[in-house]
Amino acid sequence: MSTILLIFCFLSVVTIATAFLTIYSRNPIHSAIYLVICFFSIAGHYLLLNSEFLAIVHIIVYSGAIMILFLFTIMLMNLNKENEVYKPRFTRLGAIVIFCLMCLVLIAILIHSKPIVGEYVTTGEDYQSIKVLGKVLLNEYMVPFEFASILLLVAMIGAVLLSKKEKTNP
Amino acid sequence: MNNILNQIGIENYIFLSVILFCIGVFGVLYRRNAIIVFMSIEIMLNAVNLLFVAFSTYHQDAQGQVFVFFSMAVAAAEVAVGLAILVSVFRNMGTIDVGNLKNLKG
Repeated sequence: MSTILLIFCFLSVVTIATAFLTIYSRNPIHSAIYLVICFFSIAGHYLLLNSEFLAIVHIIVYSGAIMILFLFTIMLMNLNKENEVYKPRFTRLGAIVIFCLMCLVLIAILIHSKPIVGEYVTTGEDYQSIKVLGKVLLNEYMVPFEFASILLLVAMIGAVLLSKKEKTNP
Repeated sequence: MNNILNQIGIENYIFLSVILFCIGVFGVLYRRNAIIVFMSIEIMLNAVNLLFVAFSTYHQDAQGQVFVFFSMAVAAAEVAVGLAILVSVFRNMGTIDVGNLKNLKG
């Protein structure tokens, strides 16, 4: 077993375990912290696949921005009282059954992909460094890139509008 | 530089993404707290992003990574708006239990 495969197995175990603990833990703050660990291990997967740009962006966007937003919202709502009522047993059982069935079906479909794959191509050319990605992003994907900025602007305005306190009529 | 997938194999990434996606679906169905439901949606998005990057390495092509970049932008926008909606729901109803949000029930 090579070192890279060992690193992959370790990262996968961490990813799956923390993703499961995110859902299972009752305290929302614990969930958020487990989710941060999950995102960091996914960034580790990106680094393992040599895509350094996406790893950095993933850490900045997810672990930085989105998780801070989650934590702020949780603290704003004062939810860490563990007063959550669980769903009825019937619904929980249904969720577990659907989880098992979905895993079974998807893995059973995709387990036959191995013989099709064959040999992996290695072109040897650079395709995922920051330099190349920047060229692709600003040449071929210029218009979607600008639309992404408009989307973020609209989302920001919408978030401010939605969370603003309404004025009460006297 | 040799292909990293020679040592790991694309099928391992496919299985990891499938399990991660199923955990996300499980979280949406299992929990009533709307914030945890949002976190499960993030987990599902991340599973798909991971598969995009794995296949981008498989084809030695940058397009998949560009798509992941856009999907991250959309995820950030979605979380910002969704959490603002959750805050205003909490302010109006005093709870974010998804079972209690049934004002529109006919």
